[in-house]
Amino acid sequence: MRELLEGSYAVAEIIKRCKPGVISAYPITPQTHIVEGLAQIVANGELNAQCVNVESEHSAASVVLGASATGIRTFTATSSQGLFYMAEVVFNIAGLRLPVVMTVAARAISAPINIWNDHQDVVSLRDAGWIQLHAEDVQEAVDLHLIAYRIGEDKSIMLPVMVVMDGFILTHGVETVDMPEQAQVDKFLPSYKPLYKLDVENPMTLGPLVDPDYYMETRYAIEETHKDVLKLIPKVLAEFAKVFGRTSNGLIEEYKIKDAERVIVAMGSVCGTIKEVVDESRAKGKKVGLLRVISYRPFPAQQIYEALKNVPKVGVIDRALSLGSVAPLASEVKATFFGKAKKPKTVSSFVVGLGGRDITKDSIKEIFRLLTGKEKAGEFIDLKPELLKESFDPVDRGQGHPDRLKGVEG
Amino acid sequence: MKTLFNSGHTACAGCGQSMAARLVIDAAGPNTIVVNNTGCLEVFSTKYPETAWGVPWIHSLFENAAAVASGVESALKYLGKKDTVNVIAQAGDGGTADIGLQALSGMLERGHDVLYVCYDNEAYMNTGVQRSGLTPFDTNTTTSPIGTQSMGNIRPKKPMPEIANAHGIPYVATASVAFPQDIQRKVKKALKLKGPKYMQIHVPCPLGWRHETNLTMQVAKFAVETGLYPLIEYEFGVLSGKRQITPKPVEEYLKIQGRFKHLLNKPEELKKIQESADNNIKKYGLRIETQAATGQQGGG
Repeated sequence: MRELLEGSYAVAEIIKRCKPGVISAYPITPQTHIVEGLAQIVANGELNAQCVNVESEHSAASVVLGASATGIRTFTATSSQGLFYMAEVVFNIAGLRLPVVMTVAARAISAPINIWNDHQDVVSLRDAGWIQLHAEDVQEAVDLHLIAYRIGEDKSIMLPVMVVMDGFILTHGVETVDMPEQAQVDKFLPSYKPLYKLDVENPMTLGPLVDPDYYMETRYAIEETHKDVLKLIPKVLAEFAKVFGRTSNGLIEEYKIKDAERVIVAMGSVCGTIKEVVDESRAKGKKVGLLRVISYRPFPAQQIYEALKNVPKVGVIDRALSLGSVAPLASEVKATFFGKAKKPKTVSSFVVGLGGRDITKDSIKEIFRLLTGKEKAGEFIDLKPELLKESFDPVDRGQGHPDRLKGVEG
Repeated sequence: MKTLFNSGHTACAGCGQSMAARLVIDAAGPNTIVVNNTGCLEVFSTKYPETAWGVPWIHSLFENAAAVASGVESALKYLGKKDTVNVIAQAGDGGTADIGLQALSGMLERGHDVLYVCYDNEAYMNTGVQRSGLTPFDTNTTTSPIGTQSMGNIRPKKPMPEIANAHGIPYVATASVAFPQDIQRKVKKALKLKGPKYMQIHVPCPLGWRHETNLTMQVAKFAVETGLYPLIEYEFGVLSGKRQITPKPVEEYLKIQGRFKHLLNKPEELKKIQESADNNIKKYGLRIETQAATGQQGGG
């Protein structure tokens, strides 16, 4: 059924249809509406679940870890500092091979504190072992949650999945969403039947001490499983298309890149803006395109290479940094071309939209314009020159000063 | 004897914690899921591919046993199995009173039907005897060493049983490995009550306390009999049980442990420790009343 829904409530509605038995989260902007929505759904008796209102994100992740280990489907959601606070549990969930699903409302990292959208939180946890799927719009966010449970709980996979939605832009944006019917969801997503669990009938020790004689193989197994995920996602999406009547791309989306001379690589909601610019530029005869990365983990290096190998100029947009080195997505896209005979002439790197700075069509046009020139390395777009002096001042560095307050006199 | 905590694990000789852990799980029985924080107990009982545990058992991290147990309990509720399965979360003193305190407080406040057991050996033993929030006053540890400017740990033990009790939970108890039947009685009592329960069991660590490995029971017993480790029970916030004693002087307890050896020729320090024992005796009414003692109560 097509409904006009805020992104967060759309996620709450799809999670309701996925029927998790335990939901646990801690409030953090801009994730809160998702769990508020679910709390109301449970309060209304529309979903039989235990909502555990914990005292921290660390405990939110720990609660879903414990519940998942007891053999049931679980859900949590967080953002930014919350994701960092639960980081060690995030790694732990993957190591224990528990198929937890978590929504992350992607948000900048402090300091300075900033509640708006970029990708520093999720990109920083790329090595945790989780599958990480990035949504472009609310519809895709809804669909990716179904896909997340289906893939994570697959007996050959058994890994947790993070569905990334750009904070505010998607969590608070209102869109018309084709909300799947319960019967469709039940058809696509069978109830969770774990291979192992905490069970008094069949006692097992989960999370034992593993010494150097055994540890490496457990990590190798996760690495190999990520390769299996790359193969499984297209199969699951083919099935998704059969049940729901719409296609979803899964690993990457190629947007008008077959004959393109310049292509931007990006993740998340900015891709909507890029598609508009591509369409407008194409109308003017410019051969430009977009490659959207949906599955950031596992990273579909081969698919990205095949899609871009004939494109002369590639520009990668990062909405996060690896301070002191190449921006994360650019680094990985560049690596796909290493040692290959056929590859782009230049692969430029751009840093855009940190801490919620608007990425406008002009920002994207500027990137396409810069792609006509020499290769750019970590070029920041939309910096404000008038603020730079302050940010570099060894004393000031963007700190607040009481004498700047424009208070009301008297 | 059949046990749910099997021999063959790698605990040190004389380890108080391993004995207490066996008493706890055997009292709880096979219909129990155990969630264990990181620490000695986890390390010495689950070295892959072996395990000492005859019940379903999970270890996640150092500080989150209470939260993981909250998740296990919530899942059991969802499955309609909570009434037939016990959940025990357990940790050492650092995992409980320091790094795990927030998760524990959350679990107690939210009312999960979980028994939390703190095995209190009064320092971070797994990492090499560093002081914790439950290390006693004047204890010589590797991070509260004695020196010309130091008599050891500068603060008394964090009052964890009182902190747990302040959450308004059904049951709080302290116990000692020196009194095995008392431990098992308290575990059984706790598991009959719905809601969060907190137990703190005093478990000597010969390595960290520097006493002979055959003295574990005696050391633990003297801690109780000097009044330094009161054995008490709170039910629904009310002091409902206590083990009464004919108090021994604290030196009896201190002199058999290397961690307190530096105090033996320091009468002013011994006085402070005796005072804290006396305060416990007075506060909880630990002294066995005899005709001769009547009228002297509280005098130390």
